[in-house]
Amino acid sequence: MEDLKRTALHAWHVAHGGRMVPFAGWEMPVQYPTGPLAEHQATRRAAGLFDIDHMGQVEVRGPQAADFVNRMVTYDITKMKLLDAHYAIFCYANGGCVDDLFVYKLPDPAGRDGKEYYFLAINASNREKDVTWLTAHAGNYDVEVKDISDKTYMMAFQGPKAPELMNRLTRADLSQMARFSAIQDEVFGGVPVLLGRTGYTGEDGFELFFPVEAALQIWQGILDAGEGDGVKPVGLAARDSLRFEACMPLYGHEIDANTTPVEAGLGFALSLEKKFIGRDALLKQKLEKPDRVLIGFEMIERSVPREGYEVSSGGRVVGKVTTGMYAPTLEKYLGMAYLPRELSARGTEIEVNIRGKTVKAQIVKRPFYIPAYRR
Amino acid sequence: MKIDPNARYTQSHEWVRKDGDLLVYGITDHAQNALSDIVYVELPSIGDKFAQGESLGTIESVKAASDLTMPIEGEVTEVNEALFNSPEVVNSDPYGEGWMVKIRPANPADWDSLLTPESYEKLEGE
Repeated sequence: MEDLKRTALHAWHVAHGGRMVPFAGWEMPVQYPTGPLAEHQATRRAAGLFDIDHMGQVEVRGPQAADFVNRMVTYDITKMKLLDAHYAIFCYANGGCVDDLFVYKLPDPAGRDGKEYYFLAINASNREKDVTWLTAHAGNYDVEVKDISDKTYMMAFQGPKAPELMNRLTRADLSQMARFSAIQDEVFGGVPVLLGRTGYTGEDGFELFFPVEAALQIWQGILDAGEGDGVKPVGLAARDSLRFEACMPLYGHEIDANTTPVEAGLGFALSLEKKFIGRDALLKQKLEKPDRVLIGFEMIERSVPREGYEVSSGGRVVGKVTTGMYAPTLEKYLGMAYLPRELSARGTEIEVNIRGKTVKAQIVKRPFYIPAYRR
Repeated sequence: MKIDPNARYTQSHEWVRKDGDLLVYGITDHAQNALSDIVYVELPSIGDKFAQGESLGTIESVKAASDLTMPIEGEVTEVNEALFNSPEVVNSDPYGEGWMVKIRPANPADWDSLLTPESYEKLEGE
C-alpha cells in the first residue's frame, strides 16, 4: 500500500490474520479472521480490544489554558471537575464542524501554575487540521499547544466485561469510576496509563492512553487476561457498525465543515450560554430551528442503504444517506440522513435509491441502540 | 481455499454444477472469503433471462455491494429463498446450502467454455 503510516501493532495484526486497509493515511485492520459481524457481537456480549493509535492527542498547558480551550470548544469546560472527560466539538465561525473530540481536564502538578492541563483526543482524519486550527488561535493566549500523538498510544477496550477485566489489570480500583471520568494509573507493573471511561461503541469500557513503547505489552496483556472471557481484537468495520447502532457521529459522514452540531442533534455537547468560536451562528440556528436535521431510518423493504445513496420523499430527492448498513445487534437495515426539518417526524415514510431501485424506509427514533451506560 | 471438484468456474469467482438439465450457481469459497460477512443477497425472479456476463443480482457484505454475474446465457428456474433471511449461509457453505439460483442454459455446450477446477485453482493462485 502507498505511503501509509503503521501503528506499532501492524506486525501483530498481519501475523494474526488482520485484513489491512487504508484509513486516514494509515494501514489499519478492517477485520480479523473472526469477521466484522462476530467482532461486533463479541464487543456487545464480552469485550473487544481496538487499536486506534491512528487517532491524535494534543496537550494544552499554561495559565490561560482553560480560557483558550473554552473558546475553541462548544462545551463549557469550566463545568468540568479535575479528571472529568467530555465530548465537544471544534466549530468554524459559521457553526460548521472542524472536528469532534473528547476533552480531558487533568491535574498538572509539574505545570507552570500547578493547576490543570487539557488533554484532547482528536480524530485521525483531522489530526493536522486540528493542530493547525488550535495553534492559529493560540497567539493571544499564554498557552502551549503540543501535539503528542507520535509518542502516545491509544487503544479502546469496550464491552460489558471490560470494566471487571480492566480492574484486574490496574493498580487503582475502577469500580467507583464514573462514566466520562478519567484516572491516571499503572498497568502491568509500572506502565503509566491514562484511562478514560469513554468510548465509541455504546458499551461500557475504556479508552487507554500510554507510551508508544508499551503497545504490544498492553495489547497482548489485555487479550491474554480476557481470552477465557471471549475478548477479541476488533477491526474498523465492527468499530463502524458499533458506533452506528449507537448513532454516534463519524466526521466526514454525519458531521463535517458543512453541517452543524445543531443539525446533527448534538445539543449535549453545546453550551450556548458561553462564548466560543461558532457560538453566535449555532445559537441563531437553534432559535430559528435548523432547516435540516439528522434522522435515523429503518428499511421497510429489505435492502442495504449505504452512504451517499439519495433519499426521496414524494418523488423528490431531499437528502442523502450519511451512514447506512445492516445493524448486527438490531438485525435490521438502518441508516442516517439529513432531511428537511418538515419531513423529519418519526414514522414518516421515505424512499432510498439503492443502486437504481427505489426502496421504502421509515424514520425511527435515534439512537437505534441505547448505550449501556444510559439504561 | 476450497474448491468443488464437480463444478466449473468463472473468472469472477462463481461456480456452476450440473443438476440434470439444469445448472446450479453460487459463489466460490475464495469469493465469500474476500467479501467477508455477507449481510444481504438480492436474487432475480424465476423466469428471468440473462446473457452471459450480465448482472443477475447483488451480494452485499458489511462493507460493499458486488454484482452476481450470469455464468452462461440462460433462464432462471429456481431461486434459493432461504438466503434472504440467512445470507450468512453463503459464507459458511458456499458450495452447498449457499447455492443461489438454478439455470436452464440456452446452449448446454456453453458448459465447455467454463473453467475447469484445475484452471480455476490456477487463477485463484494468481
